[in-house]
Amino acid sequence: MNGHRGFSVLRSEAAGAVRTALVSAENLQLTLKTELSQEEQHLTPHTHTNGGPDETHTKGYCTEVNEDLKEMLESNKESLKLEAMKRVVGLIAKGKNASELFPAVVKNVASKNIELKKLVYVYLVRYAEEQQDLALLSISTFQRALKDPNQLIRASALRVLSSIRVPIIVPIMMLAIKEAASDMSPYVRKTSAHAIQKLYSLDQDQKELLIEVIEKLLKDKSTLVAGSVVMAFEEVCPDRIDLIHKNYRKLCNLLVDVEEWGQVVIISMLTRYARTQFTSPWKEDGVFDEHNERAFYESDEEKTRDETEAKPYMMDPDHRLLLRNTKPLLQSRNTAVVMSVAQLYWHLAPKNEVSIVTKSLVRLLRSHREVQYIVLQNIATMSIQRKGMFEPYMKSFYVRSTDATHIKSLKLEILTSLANEANISTILREFQTYVKSQDKQFAAGTIQAIGRCATNISEVTDTCLNGLVLLLSNRDETVVAESVVVIRKLLQIQPTQHSDIIKHMAKLFDNITVPMARASILWLMGEYCERVPKIAPDVLRKMAKSFTSEEDIVKLQTVNLAAKLYLTNSKQTKLLTQYILNLGKYDQNYDIRDRTRFIRQLIVPNDKNGALSKYAHRILLAPKPAPVLESAYKDRDRYQLGTLSHTINTKASGYLELSDWPAVAPDQSVRNVEVIEPVKEWAPSLGKTVKSKPAKSSDDKFYSDSGEEEEKGSGSSSSEDGSSSSSSEESGSDAESHVQKNSSQTSEESDKSSSQSEKSSSESDSEKKERKTKTPLQKKTVKPTAKDCDSDENGNVAKEANSSSAEESSSDSESDSDTHTDSDSGTEHKKKTKSKAKPKVEVKSTKDVSLLDLVTPAPVTQHKSSVLSPSLLGDLEGLSLSNVSSTIQLSGPAFVPEKSHDLLHRMTGKGLSAQYQFPRQPCLYQPTMVSVQISLTNTTDHPLEQIHIGDRSPTGLNIHCFNTIECLEPEASVTVFMGIDFNDSTQAANFQLCTKEDHFSVSIQPAIGELLLPITMTELDFRKEQGKLLGMNESSATITMAAENMTSQPISRPVATVANLGMVPSSQDNVHRFAGKTANSGAVVLVTVELRGESTALITINTEKSVMGSMLLRDLKLALAQA
Amino acid sequence: MINSLFLINPSGEIFLEKHWKSVVSRSVCDYFLEAKEKALEPEDVPPVIHTPHHYLISIYRDKLFFLSVIQTEVPPLFVIEFLHRVAEMIQDYFGECSETVVKDHMVMVYELLEEMLDNGFPLATESNVLKEMIRPPTILRSVVNTLTGTSNVGDTLLTGQLSTIPWRRAGVRYTNNEAYFDVVEEIDAILDQSGRSSTDLSTGTTVQRSWKSDPEVKGQASGVCVCVCVVCKLCYDWLTGTTVFAEIQGVVEACVKLSGMPDLTLSFMNPRLLDDVSFHPCVRYKLWESERVLSFIPPDGNFTLMTYHVNAQNLVAIPVYVKQSISFFECGSDGRLDVTVGPKQTMGKTVEGVMVTVHLPKTILSINLTATQGSYTYDNGTKLLVWDIGKLNPQKLPNLRGSLSLQAGAPKPEENPSLNIDLKIQQLAISGLKVNRLDMFGEKYKPFKGVKYITKAGKFQVRT
Repeated sequence: MNGHRGFSVLRSEAAGAVRTALVSAENLQLTLKTELSQEEQHLTPHTHTNGGPDETHTKGYCTEVNEDLKEMLESNKESLKLEAMKRVVGLIAKGKNASELFPAVVKNVASKNIELKKLVYVYLVRYAEEQQDLALLSISTFQRALKDPNQLIRASALRVLSSIRVPIIVPIMMLAIKEAASDMSPYVRKTSAHAIQKLYSLDQDQKELLIEVIEKLLKDKSTLVAGSVVMAFEEVCPDRIDLIHKNYRKLCNLLVDVEEWGQVVIISMLTRYARTQFTSPWKEDGVFDEHNERAFYESDEEKTRDETEAKPYMMDPDHRLLLRNTKPLLQSRNTAVVMSVAQLYWHLAPKNEVSIVTKSLVRLLRSHREVQYIVLQNIATMSIQRKGMFEPYMKSFYVRSTDATHIKSLKLEILTSLANEANISTILREFQTYVKSQDKQFAAGTIQAIGRCATNISEVTDTCLNGLVLLLSNRDETVVAESVVVIRKLLQIQPTQHSDIIKHMAKLFDNITVPMARASILWLMGEYCERVPKIAPDVLRKMAKSFTSEEDIVKLQTVNLAAKLYLTNSKQTKLLTQYILNLGKYDQNYDIRDRTRFIRQLIVPNDKNGALSKYAHRILLAPKPAPVLESAYKDRDRYQLGTLSHTINTKASGYLELSDWPAVAPDQSVRNVEVIEPVKEWAPSLGKTVKSKPAKSSDDKFYSDSGEEEEKGSGSSSSEDGSSSSSSEESGSDAESHVQKNSSQTSEESDKSSSQSEKSSSESDSEKKERKTKTPLQKKTVKPTAKDCDSDENGNVAKEANSSSAEESSSDSESDSDTHTDSDSGTEHKKKTKSKAKPKVEVKSTKDVSLLDLVTPAPVTQHKSSVLSPSLLGDLEGLSLSNVSSTIQLSGPAFVPEKSHDLLHRMTGKGLSAQYQFPRQPCLYQPTMVSVQISLTNTTDHPLEQIHIGDRSPTGLNIHCFNTIECLEPEASVTVFMGIDFNDSTQAANFQLCTKEDHFSVSIQPAIGELLLPITMTELDFRKEQGKLLGMNESSATITMAAENMTSQPISRPVATVANLGMVPSSQDNVHRFAGKTANSGAVVLVTVELRGESTALITINTEKSVMGSMLLRDLKLALAQA
Repeated sequence: MINSLFLINPSGEIFLEKHWKSVVSRSVCDYFLEAKEKALEPEDVPPVIHTPHHYLISIYRDKLFFLSVIQTEVPPLFVIEFLHRVAEMIQDYFGECSETVVKDHMVMVYELLEEMLDNGFPLATESNVLKEMIRPPTILRSVVNTLTGTSNVGDTLLTGQLSTIPWRRAGVRYTNNEAYFDVVEEIDAILDQSGRSSTDLSTGTTVQRSWKSDPEVKGQASGVCVCVCVVCKLCYDWLTGTTVFAEIQGVVEACVKLSGMPDLTLSFMNPRLLDDVSFHPCVRYKLWESERVLSFIPPDGNFTLMTYHVNAQNLVAIPVYVKQSISFFECGSDGRLDVTVGPKQTMGKTVEGVMVTVHLPKTILSINLTATQGSYTYDNGTKLLVWDIGKLNPQKLPNLRGSLSLQAGAPKPEENPSLNIDLKIQQLAISGLKVNRLDMFGEKYKPFKGVKYITKAGKFQVRT
């Protein structure tokens, strides 16, 4: 509570800050206005006197157009303004400068016309940075829009506000982001996540504050938000891996439902995360993964292997969870998602599982050319390390004549990497086709590829060499040249028996003009001059003739050849060598002059350096290592696959390194999310019901058991630790079986767990017998819900749901219990103390264990949170529950509207009709829920069986279902209760109402007033609370109402009809006060109706939920005006 | 993420720019334009260019370059995929994606781009969501707009309703509720002319036989040509080429115009055929895994429901064969071209829309051809020969023949050009895939349902 109060203080401070900012903005506006008018004065004479373009202005024409536009913008006609704005935006789109129009445009920012407004926003975002002072004029408009009841308007206001890159408004942005981060609309929260990055790039000093917001948003359960907040995380604080721990499992489970762009970001972040948190799964399987001899292990996963290993590797269940939950995304239509899953598997999966991504990657090759390019690059890197992955799909990499050049070369690269003894003949045959291609660059590339195949696979070296020699007679020069170069490299590897080829090449020498090829032949001559003793001097002779007209690279090789021949065969070549060296001495290129000088000193003996010339033979004719022909993609995997850095093969800015696997895994328990009892704030008074909650999943069960003991033994402060230890002692065997389950997902597992759940339910039965608080009704409820879903999943689901708020609630309940003892009435006391320890008991579950079973990231529901019958409602009537402070108490509803709404018409429901109404009772199942009463009627002539609630649409709303109605006789009707947590939003809850045969989609849309719970407080407290909720938290309106209604009674009636508010006694006759709090967040909502004069009234609403406030205001206005 | 976007036409003019973060000067495009100059074809421009301060990622589509400027590390596919979405969005809104269309609707395109990204991160890329915010232009609406001065911006914005399902807008109403599905299959194949026996058809046996060329074909380099025939279970037919590579890719396009929130289930007769699939996000993957049915709440209007790849073990029926000979005489600057197309495994359907595209060698000076069916066009600049045949008549096989003349003195082209074939077969999915039934839940009305099958040639190439 202190926290709450502290928060409101902060809030009011923040509101104050905004006001100051506003005031300063207004001041600016004032000063600007004067400037403006000056400017206008300045401009008006122009138009009058000149009438034509301003000569002094550099952009004369532009100015004229702008003058035109300015006039249009300042006109009164909406259509003219719109037309002008369209032209302005057109200018921006074309990249023309339209900044001069800023003053004229910014005036329209508050326009009512949505399209005009949008265009102005577009303009502002583009030019605000350049016109910072003027941009401030628009800020107040956005601040107003931030409180609009329409989520889209709020979101767009935040978008624009945060896109205005003006440093002065940083504090305002910060406030707006914080506010939006707790907005009830996920769309707005998503926008706030985007705004975080914008603010960060504007002002890095805000980092710490922004991290707080990120931390808060990371806890968000909405799939809409997840991607954006992770993006913000990556940009602002990628090193704060500790923020992820608690959200890791949630992110994994949400992943499938996140929008596709978010998936990419989350997956890449999780890849990095996993590399720091889990140990390598590759330790021993690297040995055999390429060979299939032990392939049968693959089916059994890595655990079976453990028997043979000294130190068995156990995959962390969280690691497994990530792999399992990303796998379906391989089927995404978005190529970026598929690629990111592929890289995740490449970097994280055990080697024998990586190949499941192959098929999907090959599928991407059907996509656009650019996609192919990136995917092929990644495949090229992968295929070097793991040929086996892509070999079955070799034919998909066959080149088509229509492929773009870069695609062709990548395909060649991959085909070369895939070549092995078995498929080389197929590949070479394919290469033969390519060599003939019209695209000569590609043909040259093919020749290089053949060269690589020849070096890699010794069986085909000779075949390749012969083939290449044949190509030497090709008509195309590039092909010949490339062949020469490749042959040179091959010969170097196997120099012994190939003097024929060298001779052949010498013959071709005259016809080859490509410098690189000529140089290669010369080098070969020199290197193997002893094998061709007759030809080499002749070649040198020819070169001596043409030396001056050769390219540099050829000249250098000529000098080399001359030197080598001089050493081996000086008799024939002495003169030639000297001639060439003389030519080289005066060459234009200094490299050649240098080389010549060096060679001359080395080989021609003279006095000074005789020492060195002794070694000339060894220096020049040393055996040279053969070049290694390898792929350009060899080392690419030092970059994370799929990244920009991988594509460009250099580190892109902002690239985040993928760390190596840690030798020892960091503490796994950091990811454990504590599970809390769903009953939060007012749990104590519901103690009875909570205790009798039947446990459906095993661990749940034994924890609650131990909780009983705990309650007697230790105090609340130490209960947490104590409970977990006692529970583990108590059920040691259970825990063991969990670990087993954890490691091996065998079929046993399900048996075991089901037996466990049986056991636990029997335990819970016996437990219940001990309890006097048990009601017969509860017993009944156990059955259907347990049947509802299988026991494993059950447990998990519930845990998921509760996990996020685990810590806070446990502390909550502690503090609650303190206050309760003070304030509560004696009758309730007993129940309360009994249950007090309850919420703390559940914690420290073996969460990682149960997670394994969570196959589906099931929608978060309160499925098993507590099962209790609505009949208990009666017991609760009249209870006063304290929650905000000792003076503010929850009260009964002032008025319960009888109005019921159609949920399912009997025609559409095939005879089943359903109506719902809001009984305005505090919900039993969970305090944050709104209880809904549903009456089901069977209008058919046969009994309807098994009426229950089926699928809920993924709104993220928690729904507590009513228990399955086994049978509803014809003409009979039954009333059931359900709880829905609307998250303080008027978003409809959609779910399916199912009978045995049919299911019908229905939806419940609450009025804003139904999301409130009435509270009572004194007038003093009311004022105190109101004082805290001023400024942005206050919204008000004046209405006109009929004079006869101006008394207290008719006013409280419509107010109470509209909203579930409690009356607050008022000392003034003309002022009526009402108070309530929101069901989900418990934010105080204060309504004041002040009657003024004849027929007007001022409605004021104070609440920190400003959006709710304005929506409520709208409803109240409507209701009171009618009254 | 994505910093800026430039739209550039093939001649290098930047005609639209949009910045999502601070403004990046358009001079950054110079690096790209330089690379574009270097490339022979627009397709050859590298998709990722590394400049000193920025990274440029571009796509070339519909004769336009979409160039995005990136400043920090981002998965390149992320950007590429997004750029294609932009192109698709323009196509979706205005019927086609071209320079003229973008220039005509400059403001609207700009607004759309504004909605699609926030701070460089995709915000709304689903066409249904976008259309909620910015209405696509229609003739009627543009008339009304000019008369009343109202706008294209959605006024539904005021309701503040965001559908709980991101790809479907709420409150869809139709008087005629209908759902159509097109199963479109494409055959990707490389056929080889020479007598190589590299073939996919492992079950087939290879028989060599000689075949006398059509006596009518005169001036052919060789009177008798030897070819390899594959005799397989499906056909006993001589072929003029062997299949180097063939596979079937399919896509299920849907046009769903249903009111409310329908929940559809589409099942196939033979889902086992499908080897690899990818889905629209609306498809429930779990149900596909367990029951092999497509269960989904459809987006409103046109969308691609799934794409699939047919199991590689299945034989691919090649619907046409091509007999062709392109020869050049060693001595003179003259050559001959003779191409015949005939039906092969067509499953009793007519092959339509047959088109043969040939990239002739650069040294060709002029051609003089006659077609027995259809017409041909030849662009001497690009050396592109397109022969539009139309419907294939098994009785009278279409033939294109005539002489080619080379530039004087130019050497005889080494390699014959390969032929790209285009074709269409209505009412047939060549893999044999069949839709079993479509069920609808969640709504009461009876929709009108329809399924159409089409087979097309994908990347269908005949090497010579």
